[in-house]
Amino acid sequence: MSTSRITVVEKILSANDQVAEQNRARFDQAGVFTINLMASPGAGKTSLILETIRAVVPDLRVGVIEGDTAPVTIDADKITEAGMPAVQINTGGDCHLDAVMISYGLQQLNLEEIDLLIVENVGNLVCPAAFNLGTHANVLIASVPEGDDKPYKYPNIYRNLEVLIINKTDLLPYVRFNMDYFRQGVEMLNPGLQTFPVSCTTGEGIEQWAAWLKSKVQNAKQK
Amino acid sequence: MHELAVTESILNIAEKHAVQAGASKITDIYITLGQLSSIVDDSVQFYWDIISADKPICQGAALHFQRIPARLVCLACAHEYEIPTELEPCPQCGSFQVKVLAGEEFWVDSIEIEKSDEELAL
Repeated sequence: MSTSRITVVEKILSANDQVAEQNRARFDQAGVFTINLMASPGAGKTSLILETIRAVVPDLRVGVIEGDTAPVTIDADKITEAGMPAVQINTGGDCHLDAVMISYGLQQLNLEEIDLLIVENVGNLVCPAAFNLGTHANVLIASVPEGDDKPYKYPNIYRNLEVLIINKTDLLPYVRFNMDYFRQGVEMLNPGLQTFPVSCTTGEGIEQWAAWLKSKVQNAKQK
Repeated sequence: MHELAVTESILNIAEKHAVQAGASKITDIYITLGQLSSIVDDSVQFYWDIISADKPICQGAALHFQRIPARLVCLACAHEYEIPTELEPCPQCGSFQVKVLAGEEFWVDSIEIEKSDEELAL
């Protein structure tokens, strides 16, 4: 019997990253711009998707992959009602989506028929941050009633974002939310982060967000 | 919360390298975890004991965690500092313009393996 030490130095989620790269290649080939939409439960992920669909249709064709921990189709049904293809992924209790789940979801979705793919991640501010899905942009919704301390408490998710959406701005007069304190936390983690304050209730800010998406979709098509 | 998925990845990586090296058993796994990686070592160990139980090559391996503190540099005054638990602006000049230097590490560093004498003879 002999013992020896072997150097490994392999990123723990490297297998996920490889599948994420394959997903990305599929998106790029189809010219589809894809976002990974993350937020805590109740921040307004599905509401934002529905508002976004209203704002970009008919200019864009939108597909949605819905991640849920339980086999419920509440969210997917709302998207389908809005006339867009939605694929439901049940994570079987898992707290996040990973790249393999997305690759399975893609089997049920024709990328040639859409311009924009929105992946709605599981409502959680911790785990989704660790798993690259292969999407082009990580988008986080922070809603005002959640509190202004979230960047300080969940730094990881803020560090890997391309876009931050501050939702429920219509509630700012009614809740304690120090926007300066919130934005300072964001600035430390992700300097110059593209931010859209919106309200899915009043529609404020949705137009600017939709314009950003449209420009990104156009870039994705030209590649 | 995603420690199960993480532990499965650690097992797959360790097993792959052990098999490549012709090992009969993995005795130790050395893991480097940055403070910002939001992984709880105790949970990883807990899941490890369960999922390695039906993998003879992995079963009983000891997990060792090297924690790397989160280290930031202030972009305004170049002061370098570690954050205790929570994100803090530069303690020297109060700037929020900071950059993370270390603390995101998240990898399997090395493994210690046993080879049986028969395999050595081959």
